[in-house]
Amino acid sequence: MNFLSLFVLIPLLMMAGLALSRNMKQIRTVAVIGSSLQLVFAFIVLFMFLGERAAGNTAEMLFVADTVWYAPLGIHYTVGVDGVSVAMLLLSAIVVFAGVFASWKIDPLPKEFFLWLILLSIGVFGFFISINLFTMFMYYEIALIPMYLLIGVWGSGNKTYSAMKLTLMLMGGSALLLIGILGIYFHSSADGNLTMNILEIAKNNAIPHEMQYYLFPLTFVGFGVLGAMFPFHTWSPDGHASAPTAVSMLHAGVLMKLGGYGCFRVAMYLMPWATTELSWIFLILTGISVVYGAFSACVQTDLKYINAYSSVSHCGLVLFALLMWNTTAMTGAVLQMLSHGLMTALFFALIGMIYGRTHTRDIREMGGLMKIMPFLSVAYVIAGLASLGLPGLSGFVAEMTVFVGSFQWDDTFRRVFTIVACTSIVITAVYILRVVGKLLYGKVQNEHHRELTDAAWFERLSAITLIVGVAAIGMAPGWISNLISDSMSVISERILQYI
Amino acid sequence: MDFSNFLWMRDELSLLAVILVLFLYDTFATEKSRRAFSWVACLLLAVQTAFLFVNPATGEAFGGMYQTSPVINIVKIVLNIGTLLVLIQANVWAKSPDMQVRRGEFYVLTLMTLLGMYLMISSGNFLLFFIGLEMASLPLTALVAIEKYHQLSYEAAAKYVFVALFSSSLMLLGISFVYGAVGTLYFEDIAASLVGTPLLYVGLVLFLAGMGFKISIVPFHLWTADVYQGAPTSITAYLSVISKGAAAFALMVVLFKVFSSVAAVWQPVLWGLIVITITIGNLFAVRQKNLKRFMAFSSISQAGYILLGVIAGSAVGMTSLIYYVLVYVFSNLAVFGVISVIENATGKVDMDDYNGLYRTNPKLSVALMLALFSLAGIPPFAGFFSKFFIFYAAVEEGFYVLVFIALLNTIISLYYYLLVVKAMFIRQDDCVIPTIQSDGASKLSISLCVLGVLLVGLISGIYSSIVPLSFGM
Repeated sequence: MNFLSLFVLIPLLMMAGLALSRNMKQIRTVAVIGSSLQLVFAFIVLFMFLGERAAGNTAEMLFVADTVWYAPLGIHYTVGVDGVSVAMLLLSAIVVFAGVFASWKIDPLPKEFFLWLILLSIGVFGFFISINLFTMFMYYEIALIPMYLLIGVWGSGNKTYSAMKLTLMLMGGSALLLIGILGIYFHSSADGNLTMNILEIAKNNAIPHEMQYYLFPLTFVGFGVLGAMFPFHTWSPDGHASAPTAVSMLHAGVLMKLGGYGCFRVAMYLMPWATTELSWIFLILTGISVVYGAFSACVQTDLKYINAYSSVSHCGLVLFALLMWNTTAMTGAVLQMLSHGLMTALFFALIGMIYGRTHTRDIREMGGLMKIMPFLSVAYVIAGLASLGLPGLSGFVAEMTVFVGSFQWDDTFRRVFTIVACTSIVITAVYILRVVGKLLYGKVQNEHHRELTDAAWFERLSAITLIVGVAAIGMAPGWISNLISDSMSVISERILQYI
Repeated sequence: MDFSNFLWMRDELSLLAVILVLFLYDTFATEKSRRAFSWVACLLLAVQTAFLFVNPATGEAFGGMYQTSPVINIVKIVLNIGTLLVLIQANVWAKSPDMQVRRGEFYVLTLMTLLGMYLMISSGNFLLFFIGLEMASLPLTALVAIEKYHQLSYEAAAKYVFVALFSSSLMLLGISFVYGAVGTLYFEDIAASLVGTPLLYVGLVLFLAGMGFKISIVPFHLWTADVYQGAPTSITAYLSVISKGAAAFALMVVLFKVFSSVAAVWQPVLWGLIVITITIGNLFAVRQKNLKRFMAFSSISQAGYILLGVIAGSAVGMTSLIYYVLVYVFSNLAVFGVISVIENATGKVDMDDYNGLYRTNPKLSVALMLALFSLAGIPPFAGFFSKFFIFYAAVEEGFYVLVFIALLNTIISLYYYLLVVKAMFIRQDDCVIPTIQSDGASKLSISLCVLGVLLVGLISGIYSSIVPLSFGM
């Protein structure tokens, strides 16, 4: 146990505080204090990490601590962070912080809502600090199950169906994952010192090629389900559309990133040979995700569905970029995770706020909102512009890096797929501008909408937090991109040895 | 005769003493002094459980007929903990007017079956094994029929006794074939002179079938749902947890000790049995509306997971099996505890009756939810760890495909466990079960179970201390 475990401990204390609180005020106080602490702590870890690196510490993972848990089974509780995990922890802390304010007026059962939400965040934080297969898997599953109740109880629309579909599909993913993890463990070492520590498995590099052939698809698809890889993405639109605001934010913003993160940290890093052999299959699937998600978003009329399909497309791009292996593309993938995390959380927060006022999410029934709620509308435009990749916002940085990296390959197969994936930028512009034009400009569709109010202070705070993040990555990408590429180059070089 | 042999049997003798004390107390005490009967029974069993922890030894008595070792001792402790929880839970039900006159019988008979299971898992000879098995199942018939004026209970008892007799006779036939093939009934002697003859294989298959009835493995499971539904809830809880756990462990010991040299024959058979047990149990559970039938099919599929530890055939497999049973005791008894509280207060046992339960009975709902999550294998509850370890044991021996099938089944099981959660938390209903003021005994037992569900997984010492005691093939 070292200080990284505070990422899990703070939410646990929050849950204890929540369980004891008696009224809405206390619940809010606990949630705000806890999530702010978490955010501050994420920044502290970031600066400590940068400080260590500046001091010349070039270890792959910093702040590593190892505690034996189940000694006879080789199960340890191991934590540690590299540049990517630090960035993801920061993203999670920001989204949780914004999510607390976005669910300021949650009803009914506010206490239970926050309890489950914080449990979900424990899973997320725990996953990003783990470097042990068992704890990673455990935290991954901890993050899954609160979704069922969060969507089922506080969701909207066809919520029980969506909640069940989401839970079962993700559970299916974790079933593949479990067998993959056990397979990796039992082949983790040539001399019998089996280990679940990712760093040691990578160092031993002992997984036989014929086993990698099975284990790579199992783990990649297992995590890919959470990363909304085609054709396992179908939980995502329904789930996101039915979920309450903060849950959509956290799920699309952070939880889907667990998928991408797991894909490179477990599947690709530990089985580089199979990565080079089998990537083409997944490249095709993720290429389809990118384009198909974007096209589907074009024909939707429900705001949440539009954004959910857009998430499929953007998360597809994350996996797509990871499968390009070179440092530039993989750095782009993580940048895309961050960018999409912030942007989509902003989208879902705004959609929740608009829906809370107009009680409809159908874009055909709304119009001219810019005159009525200028703050929300401007924020929506900013999110939209980030999504379609306007320079100066985070989306541009991420997509630019991804496509530059992908195009560095000179074989036809990858180039064709890069070009195909590039078209998604244009399609994204189509559906974003369509929504912005229909929703925010034009005539007011419903006269009752004229009486609606603009955002309250807590809603503004939630949106501004996320916008600051989007703009920060967009305007000063250098430091974060260095942070990431520094760690990603290790994984990338490991894979490139095998071609 | 050397009476020091009996010293090895101190577990059985102490339990026998408890039974005798209770029997005399029930027979001779006055009406007034019998009021505390239930608590005295629980207390005595608790003391006996504590006694089991003292200095477990390895040894054998009566020429190898009876064997004991620390790992057997641990299994007995697990069974004791489960029985104790069942007895605490049964407190209210045993005080009900219908049960008033039969209360003593309930406790004495339950402990008798426990004694039978002790003998079964401690036996070193097929005869003692069979006696223990019979002693464990015949009193259960009486227990299932204990509410004899309820038609369902009566019917369940009839079914149970037929099945029990049938399976016993199958097993006896199997044992006699084994005797015919090898010429001895002592486990160690059989193992030493085991030759794979057709006669032996027939004996082995009949033995497996007999045990299959006890553990309710598909295709020998058909009695389960009816008996679980008809029997009083406390008896159902006992049947589903203790009886099953003991039989699974006994099967493992016999397969490891006696038939390890023909593992190549029984492993494929067991492989197939596990696959159909888990799958059929799960698929039928999806359709159940009555929660007791629901738990019956759920327990069938759980039996399949338990057998994964048997097929692994390693020390890790044995440890994982014991650990799985321990976790299963806590999770399943929490579920049955909640079911019986609600059944005692309102008489409702259908899933639809649970709609909106969270609004009126938040604590019961949360307890039930945690227990179901544990059964489904969701972290950080104990069920996650026990499932992981039992899969670990099977994968270690190379059963990748089997574990994969079992894992796919966990998705189905999650589905139906979530149905109950959905009823309690998401669905709303006009005629919700009113707020129930549950009694102290039920509260105690459910809290203990929930505590077990929360802590047994996170504390690694329990698992790690069983490992060095276990043995493999």
